[in-house]
Amino acid sequence: MKIALLADTHSNLEALLACLAHAKREGAGMYAFLGDLVGYGADPVACLAVMAKYADGGALLVRGNHDEAALGGLSEHMNPIAREAIYWTRGQLGVGERAFLSALPMTGRLGDLFLVHASASKPESWPYVAGRNQAELCMNASDAGLCVVGHVHHQLLYWSAKPGPRRATAAVQSFAPTPGVSIPLSRSRRWLAIAGSVGQPRDGNNAAAYTLFDSEQRLLTFFRVPYDHHAAARKIIAAGLPDLLATQLLRGE
Amino acid sequence: MREGEHISPGTRIAGYRVEEKLRNSGMAVLYRVAAPDAEADCLLKVPKLGFGSHPACSSGFDAEQMILGRIASSHVPRLLASGEEDFGPYLIIERIVGKSLADFAQQAPLAVEEVARLGAALASAVHELHRQEVVHHDIKPSHVYYRENGQVVLIDFGLAFHGQLPDLVAAESDRPLGTPAYMSPEVIAGGRGDPRSDIFSLGVILYLLATGELPFGSPTSNRHLRRRLYCDPLPPRCIRPELPEWLQEIILHCLEIRGGDRCATAAQVADDLAHPQQVMLSQRGRCLARAGPWVVLGRWLKSISAAAPPRRIPSGQLARAPQVLVAIDLDYRNEMLMQALRDATGRLIAGEPHWRLTCVTVMEPSMLTEQDDHSEITQALHLQYLVELRHWAQPLVQRLGLPQEQLRFHVLPGGGAAEMLIDYARAVHADHIVMGARGNSSLRRYLGSVSSHVVAEAPCSVTVVRPPRA
Repeated sequence: MKIALLADTHSNLEALLACLAHAKREGAGMYAFLGDLVGYGADPVACLAVMAKYADGGALLVRGNHDEAALGGLSEHMNPIAREAIYWTRGQLGVGERAFLSALPMTGRLGDLFLVHASASKPESWPYVAGRNQAELCMNASDAGLCVVGHVHHQLLYWSAKPGPRRATAAVQSFAPTPGVSIPLSRSRRWLAIAGSVGQPRDGNNAAAYTLFDSEQRLLTFFRVPYDHHAAARKIIAAGLPDLLATQLLRGE
Repeated sequence: MREGEHISPGTRIAGYRVEEKLRNSGMAVLYRVAAPDAEADCLLKVPKLGFGSHPACSSGFDAEQMILGRIASSHVPRLLASGEEDFGPYLIIERIVGKSLADFAQQAPLAVEEVARLGAALASAVHELHRQEVVHHDIKPSHVYYRENGQVVLIDFGLAFHGQLPDLVAAESDRPLGTPAYMSPEVIAGGRGDPRSDIFSLGVILYLLATGELPFGSPTSNRHLRRRLYCDPLPPRCIRPELPEWLQEIILHCLEIRGGDRCATAAQVADDLAHPQQVMLSQRGRCLARAGPWVVLGRWLKSISAAAPPRRIPSGQLARAPQVLVAIDLDYRNEMLMQALRDATGRLIAGEPHWRLTCVTVMEPSMLTEQDDHSEITQALHLQYLVELRHWAQPLVQRLGLPQEQLRFHVLPGGGAAEMLIDYARAVHADHIVMGARGNSSLRRYLGSVSSHVVAEAPCSVTVVRPPRA
């Protein structure tokens, strides 16, 4: 089964549809949305409608910090622009959308896969897996062979050997993947993938990012998908959201 | 006792029947197994992963499975099956029937032609790996096999590196990974992923085959190993004075301490070994002593302050050293086309420091008849073709200041021009062919277009050049 892992959609409908179409072409049979479904972009309602349809079809969704903030949760720790987008998003969401978001679980499990927005370690305080120490905490917090997260918008793969009789802990290593090149994940190691952001890539490449996991072959492939970022940026300006959010989509950072 | 070390004969694994235990090495146990169709024997490899095993067993096994599965080449054993049984993970791979280079090495010193033949086949196989983003990192005689047709197969990818996959091996160790006698200076300093490290190991093998001795011995201590960062080996001709200078030139070119000073690609090593008369001799080939103490002192000072070598990507290095083939039809005299060919070639190699340019022409079959084969006139013709090729390249050399040692000239014997070119391009691992379109010559009418045939069948990119129209 090929599982498409889509994180940080951030209300970007064009990017979401582009990634879903790409995943379909790649033969995805299962979908998981790893939180931050809304926030920043101009299409929260349309994006949620698409994802609700996938949820009916068996897709797995987890909650992100922007989703919680859009429901009225704390947004004080966010930067002013993110907060402004959250206030705008709150105004767009109807009863149905709010109910959909508030029903999202914090974590998900699909066989050997552990899915969470920020980190398996203390997911409710939204830590960033921004280094090997955080990666190790996250891997230690679940017994899954592969943990997939979002929150950090750069695609990255961490791994470590499984703790064995000769060692209590093993050094965590990281690897910057080449888009489109599938990586076999050995069962004798633990893996942590940062799926990349569908709706707001920030590494200087304006193509949307998502990841595909083939659970039978245990092949993980990071993808970059070009999409109509001009349309998404125009909608942000038309909606009266901060201009910077539009230019971020154009530049990819 | 671990179960993986005692699989009884007759057990079936993924349809393969276990026949006998072959070897119990430090890292893995090898069994001979029979394929379901019983066509040929295969190997079952079971890593030692239980209590007390070295961590490198697991990472080496994972690396081998990952990388072997990625390489599409007849220069590596085929990966037939992999999976997990109750005794743990396993691999089933093709069993190579043939002679190992270790068998040849025992007879060393070998005849010069034999060294060149074995070395060229090995270098060719190594280049094929590098092209597929893989650095072997443990090339030594016992890891090299020769099939009956002379083709090389490299085995044991437990330390290998793939430019697009996580490096599971390096993560397991702070110490340099490899076999001390064959390790390159940058690997000793902690580097991974530089294809030129394999070229260094290739140099050690050539040295061993040519002289019967290892250039750096088999160091056991770290201090002894680090001498390789500043000491060069005794020139091979000090051990065997009858060795030709060109062979010493090639060997020492592979054994340069700095990767940047080495032969840029294994394909260039193979090319040099196959065409020794074209190797440009330098001090390297002629010298009969090691570098002086001041040079060594300077290198030593550099080595203690040098930063760790950067992680490299094989394809990045290869892209800077393209093998360009210019096919020139010397009988089609059109100066406009010749100039256009020079211009196109100049543009291709501009900015790439380690290119190699081979100017090649095909002798027309009509020039050779049965009775004057090997006659004086045939030899004169061959020479004339070479001279004209050099003459073609001269304006390019002058205008761009091209170094002579990166130029090669070759006359292919008659026959179908297109087939000859395609075979030659494959043999020298050409990255790009530049050739002219012959326009409306009478030859084209009789023989069809050579360039369109080459474009269709060549193993690399092809640029077909036309002269500007008047």
